Amino acid sequence: MSEHPPVQDWATDFDHTDEVWAADPYPIWDGLRRTCPIAHSDRYGGTWLPTRHEDVAAIAYDTESFTSRSVVIIDFRPPNLAPRGVAPPITSDPPFHAGARRLLLPLMSPQVIAKWEPSTREYCESLVEDLRGREVIDAAVEYAQHIPVRVIARLLGFPEEDADRFRGFVHHVLEQVTLPLEQRFMGMQDLFEYLRVQVQEHIDDPRDDLTTALLNAEMNGEPVGIEHVGGTVALLLLAGIDTTWSAIGASLWHLAGHPSDRERLVAEPELLPTAIEEFLRAYAPVTMARLVKHDMEWKGCPMKADDWILLSFPSANRDPAFFEKADQVIIDREDNRHAAFGLGIHRCAGSHLARMELRVALEVFLDAFPVFHLADADAVRWAGGQVRGPRTLQLRIG
Amino acid sequence: MRIRIDTERCEGHGRCYSLAPALVEPDDLGNGHEIGDGLVPADQEANARQAEANCPEHAVVIVVIEEHA
Repeated sequence: MSEHPPVQDWATDFDHTDEVWAADPYPIWDGLRRTCPIAHSDRYGGTWLPTRHEDVAAIAYDTESFTSRSVVIIDFRPPNLAPRGVAPPITSDPPFHAGARRLLLPLMSPQVIAKWEPSTREYCESLVEDLRGREVIDAAVEYAQHIPVRVIARLLGFPEEDADRFRGFVHHVLEQVTLPLEQRFMGMQDLFEYLRVQVQEHIDDPRDDLTTALLNAEMNGEPVGIEHVGGTVALLLLAGIDTTWSAIGASLWHLAGHPSDRERLVAEPELLPTAIEEFLRAYAPVTMARLVKHDMEWKGCPMKADDWILLSFPSANRDPAFFEKADQVIIDREDNRHAAFGLGIHRCAGSHLARMELRVALEVFLDAFPVFHLADADAVRWAGGQVRGPRTLQLRIG
Repeated sequence: MRIRIDTERCEGHGRCYSLAPALVEPDDLGNGHEIGDGLVPADQEANARQAEANCPEHAVVIVVIEEHA
């Protein structure tokens, strides 16, 4: 996918879209953590990569020095749409951020998300029903990828038959990050035109869904503008799909390759929530980004205004200075302060939804298919970029 | 033992009320709050420690109350 030349040196020339990174980034991060914990690359116009938990956390908490106004690294500097940003609240900084987040969180709280569990389970069960009797299935293409698309479409009140379009938008925004500016711009225009039509339909015909709730909501005592609603809906659509799809796929990939873990979870289903936290730690799908606000020296690094920060929560989650046996996947790990959903004010607003989907998806899959293995370990293809997970995952059932 | 959620640090990850639902409850934003005065019954101490050890923001505070003879 990468249009960039292959990486020559990870400490000075890293690129998160490189095929080597996509296939197995962990040795790269482990090496950097030991030798060059905050790496720099000239790519994307200048990018820093903190690999230690303490540095990732410090940047996540320091909203004075680092802005969230764009959180997907591309070859160009995004337009400055402060204070809202293109997709509030993820692209908003304080103080605007707090109101935009206050608006969204009650719609994504654990109490609200619990109401979506029965229909999610029903949908997962219908997916496994269609796969029964097959010897080999693609758990990424035929199972994992469908679940969050369906759930988010229902949450937003968007047509479920548009699932392929949603995946197309996600692919464009989050994976095709090395495209020329004009093509990036056209892709974003397609997305926002689609959302404009959907939001307008909700204005004309209000219903019991999240889009209507946002349109009816107030922020700091004022109605929320249509552009703000469109941006937040864009965030939910983009951030709610391949992230969860990746987490489900990576968990199944682990269980396919570690029969003793799979057997233990089949025998002890009550351990699943603990195991899920470990899968989230070890295979955290999401890497965020920040922009440096102004020239400064940060922990000895000469950072320039508008340098990117590739904020690797996945690498923080593998830091042996923060986690015991950080490189091992221990499904009954008791102390697990992982940062898969970020740290600080931008904690993933969909984390309760993602955890519910992940738990239900794994429960239903393990119940239907207690025995499965990788059909061809070399054929597993991982998405690179800022959301990492298996995009093909052929499993042999039974 | 007493459990307390530091509302300045809490960002609503929800690990506390998942691991210690008898001690911590979510508000409408998903942030955790200790139930009542936060006193931890003996049979809930392990859950309280789990909640503390799994908070990504270090927002769960456990205070062990000294018993005076």
